[in-house]
Amino acid sequence: MDINATLLGQAIAFAVFVWFCMKYVWPPLLSAIEVRQKKISDGLTQAERAGKDLELAQAKATEKLKEAKAQAAVIVDQANKRRAQIIEKAKDEGQIERKKIITQGEAEVEAEINRAREKLRRQVSSLAIAGAEKIIKRTVDKEANSDIIDKLVAEL
Amino acid sequence: MSDDSGAITSSEYIQHHLTNLTWSVDGGWNVHDAGFWTFHVDSLLFSIGLGVLFLWLFRSIAKKATTDVPGKLQCLIEIVIEFVDQNVKDTFHGKNAMIAPLALTIFVWVFLMNLMDLIPVDLLPSAAQAVGIPYLKVVPTTDLNVTLGMSLSVFALIIFYSIKIKGIGGFVKELTMQPFNHPAFIPVNLILELVTLLAKPVSLGLRLFGNLYAGELIFILIAMLGMWQLPLHFIWAVFHILIIVLQAFIFMMLSIVYLSMAHEDH
Repeated sequence: MDINATLLGQAIAFAVFVWFCMKYVWPPLLSAIEVRQKKISDGLTQAERAGKDLELAQAKATEKLKEAKAQAAVIVDQANKRRAQIIEKAKDEGQIERKKIITQGEAEVEAEINRAREKLRRQVSSLAIAGAEKIIKRTVDKEANSDIIDKLVAEL
Repeated sequence: MSDDSGAITSSEYIQHHLTNLTWSVDGGWNVHDAGFWTFHVDSLLFSIGLGVLFLWLFRSIAKKATTDVPGKLQCLIEIVIEFVDQNVKDTFHGKNAMIAPLALTIFVWVFLMNLMDLIPVDLLPSAAQAVGIPYLKVVPTTDLNVTLGMSLSVFALIIFYSIKIKGIGGFVKELTMQPFNHPAFIPVNLILELVTLLAKPVSLGLRLFGNLYAGELIFILIAMLGMWQLPLHFIWAVFHILIIVLQAFIFMMLSIVYLSMAHEDH
């Protein structure tokens, strides 16, 4: 095994290969690896953040839902109250109207009664007068006793 | 054993498998002892071919690398990249954009060169012989020149960064004032530290060479066993898969550690 110029040839080839590797092979491959590593780690953090966001959004949604439910309950409550109020008011109004109609009716009935009574009185008085006239025609003259008849009529 | 060479002895068979295809500046093809300026053509061909394969594959993926969902091949390559990057980050604490690509190149390239060991030992040499190439050693890392070529390159980087980071004074001080911090111990320190320093590239290169050379030798020995080679070959190949990856990893790791030490200022 003799040492000869093969050694130099190998050394030169080695130097050239290392230079080529350093210039054209190592940097693009390593940068590709590093860029991908960064991408992956970014993706992972983003996924984690997205998960957290989702959790947050769900919590928010639940809260909103609860709020909405509470609001709905309040609105229903208010509506119920309002309905009760309206019904109450309508009842009151109806009551008032009824009373009004009743009093009116009563007044009308009263007026009718009065009118009928007046009419009756007048008819009775004229009947009484006619009766008295007939009586008095037979006895005295009409004028002398009319005050008595008037008095009678007033007492009816 | 290959059938077409029935006449040759076992030692000739082994010897044939361990001989490189050479070309020397002075003597031309396959002349032995042709001096320093001899090239192991097969080692260089396979090592550079595998290096180009590695860079072509990684470059083609790097060009269309997507930051979205990656394809399967991109996933595989990114696993390798991340593995190397993690090791560099764990071990190397300085700031140097060259260390990680260097480690990647070492790891994948050495792995691919070691992987040639799993190709049946007679396959490619026989094919080469059929087209008239007398010798062919397929596994580049069983060639000491290849492993030392890489480890000495790493050594050059160690020296370069030691001086660049600590300055010449700092580097000399590191060699002379450790482990005994006293001027009287400078010669002792120098000897100790020089041994430590020189042991780095030598051990780095020899370890890889020794492991792969021994593995290859055992594959060759198993190949001579006749019928029994089949189960043995399988067992050794399975075991060797581990060694292949492990040695590539060790070479990469030690290079990172040595360069990390060179960057540390005491």
